[in-house]
Amino acid sequence: MTEPITDFTTVVPFWKPRVTPVELDKASEEQLEAMKVTPSDTGVGAYVLVLAHDPQTLKERTPLFNGIMYSHGGLSRTETELGAVAASLVNRCIYCAAVHSNRYNQLAKDETVIEGIFGAGEDSELDPRQKAIFNFATKLSECPSEAGEADVRQLKDAGLGMDEIFDLVLTASLFGWANRLMHVLGDPIPRES
Amino acid sequence: MDDIFRSVVVEAAGIAADHPLAAVLAGRSDVMQLTQASHDAALKPEPPGGLSHAERAALACRMARLNHEETLARHYEAMIPDSGGTQAIADPAFDGADDQRTRAILRHTDLVTVDPKRAAEADIAALKSAGILEPDIVRLSELIAFVSYQVRVVKGLRLMAEAA
Repeated sequence: MTEPITDFTTVVPFWKPRVTPVELDKASEEQLEAMKVTPSDTGVGAYVLVLAHDPQTLKERTPLFNGIMYSHGGLSRTETELGAVAASLVNRCIYCAAVHSNRYNQLAKDETVIEGIFGAGEDSELDPRQKAIFNFATKLSECPSEAGEADVRQLKDAGLGMDEIFDLVLTASLFGWANRLMHVLGDPIPRES
Repeated sequence: MDDIFRSVVVEAAGIAADHPLAAVLAGRSDVMQLTQASHDAALKPEPPGGLSHAERAALACRMARLNHEETLARHYEAMIPDSGGTQAIADPAFDGADDQRTRAILRHTDLVTVDPKRAAEADIAALKSAGILEPDIVRLSELIAFVSYQVRVVKGLRLMAEAA
């Protein structure tokens, strides 16, 4: 049996569900609609098929996720990914951390930021803006949240506008959601297996 | 839900339509509306499956309390019916007493809410052993995950409102 990955990586693992996924050919109309499956679509992943057990929530969550991660204006795509990585580190979601650190590296064309974060966490060498973003997303991800006035001031001092701070709040919060599904309902396992 | 200033998160954060942040929130009105739709889907789905609306409201109240988010806790407390015996679930000190199903649900809810990094395969196995069906494990997971998202949006918005 392949052991799950326990160290942070930028190589996206496989995700092995701990709950039996819905069988696509037995899915109800509501489940198919929630998964946005078209008749010719056979490549639906295990994660979506697991979440299809609760089609009502899945139906709303997918556009919410896309609205926070991929909409125009506000926080840049690169900095949004940094917020997602920070939350995934707090929650130790190896899979989400891999996907979003990998995407950060592609967008930023710089691997040193993630290398530093994976190595040193909050003590890593970041520029003031990156540090403010990483710090705020990390603190908001704790339970209960440890984010305070000084952390918002740090974001403003680093040049973030309120629209960007709002996007960061939404992103870190969204990964409070995503991490609690990915990390709890399945295991990250190496791709080779 | 068209008026985002009447949505649960924006009301809980205390931001009215005339607040300096109103335009910032309006810039993400699609996300705010989907947040409200997700609230309704996680708390009041039809059919509810193996987690009743009363249990969902009580669990959400408990999670809000574990996050020290009293405004949301009051919102959820108001959604718990007076009869039916689910009020006790909202108290984080209650562990389910002699009911094995409730004990398993509360243990899992507290773990994933407070310390998700510690959640492991054995925790899902424990839910199955307590007789909780797989679709209900996913429903419970979505409820926990949604409330965890929602409390942070409220915290963040409140901090933003103080700084605006």
